[in-house]
Amino acid sequence: MTTRLKLGAQVLAVALVVGLFALLVWKVASEDEGASRKLQRGETPAAPAFSLDRLDRPGKLSLAAYRGRPIVLNFWASWCVPCKEEAPLLEAVWRRHRDEGLVVVGVDINDLRGDARRFARENRMSYPLVFDGIGETSTDYGLTGVPETFFVARSGKLVCERLQAGVHLEANRERFDECVQEVLSA
Amino acid sequence: MRLLLVAVASLALAGPAAAACPTVTDLEGKFICPTCKTTLDQSDAPAARRIKEYLAERVAACASEKQISDELVAQFGPAVLAAPPREGFHWLAWLLPLVGLLGAGVVVSILVWRWSRSRPAEATAESNGRPPLDPELERRLDRELARFDGN
Repeated sequence: MTTRLKLGAQVLAVALVVGLFALLVWKVASEDEGASRKLQRGETPAAPAFSLDRLDRPGKLSLAAYRGRPIVLNFWASWCVPCKEEAPLLEAVWRRHRDEGLVVVGVDINDLRGDARRFARENRMSYPLVFDGIGETSTDYGLTGVPETFFVARSGKLVCERLQAGVHLEANRERFDECVQEVLSA
Repeated sequence: MRLLLVAVASLALAGPAAAACPTVTDLEGKFICPTCKTTLDQSDAPAARRIKEYLAERVAACASEKQISDELVAQFGPAVLAAPPREGFHWLAWLLPLVGLLGAGVVVSILVWRWSRSRPAEATAESNGRPPLDPELERRLDRELARFDGN
């Protein structure tokens, strides 16, 4: 009886360890690396879909609604200083190219809704804005912080590159214009 | 005496009010900064600073902890809570460690009981570290001793 009990306990302990190890492997294998990593490798992954509450008006906005149009997708937050500095440039690009079909979409992440609305009003952001307080989209896109900007071609794929930090900065300014041209012509 | 009564009455009245109005310090350890994933009291990230300001505003308005918690969950989702809520599936997170502890306690108790039961038997069998005598040898020894006593 004692031997059988001991054997049973040993089998149970081994099964528990194997089960936990399998869980770890599954977690690591199923974790999405984020679209930005694929973009960095030179691939053109599909832009992760989202459907989020709008900040600028009632209702939801889904990325799929803009399929067939070039998109500049900008992630921001009201507590982020560079986001405030780059907002006028994004607004200018939206106004300049919207007749060509270009749409700028601002995704507010990890933020308070009221703060985000105030920020948008103060910075005169007239392009479509959505609210992702939980920051779910940031994982899908592989964000490392805010602001970050992506470019979605008419095909729904991410093109050019992911621009980290403000697009108004000297390091990004020229590349930002190139990416806008690329997404318009893609 | 009257002074004592006044003091007791004011304490009794102040008690519920104090419980309804939490302090920012109480709350900072109960919420997670959404960008750095540590509790607010350990974070100085811009998002954490803003949530702390929000807590201060709500505490000043004497909002209850439950109210503030609900508001933050509505904005940032349940991941903003440092500990899982005591409801539904989340109870598992609270109960599993207790079940584990109880289980471990039962196993240890059984092992201790079995070990303590086997000790006396082992002690008799070993008889001061030596193996027990062969029955035939023991009988022979008894006979010899009896003969010796007879002389």
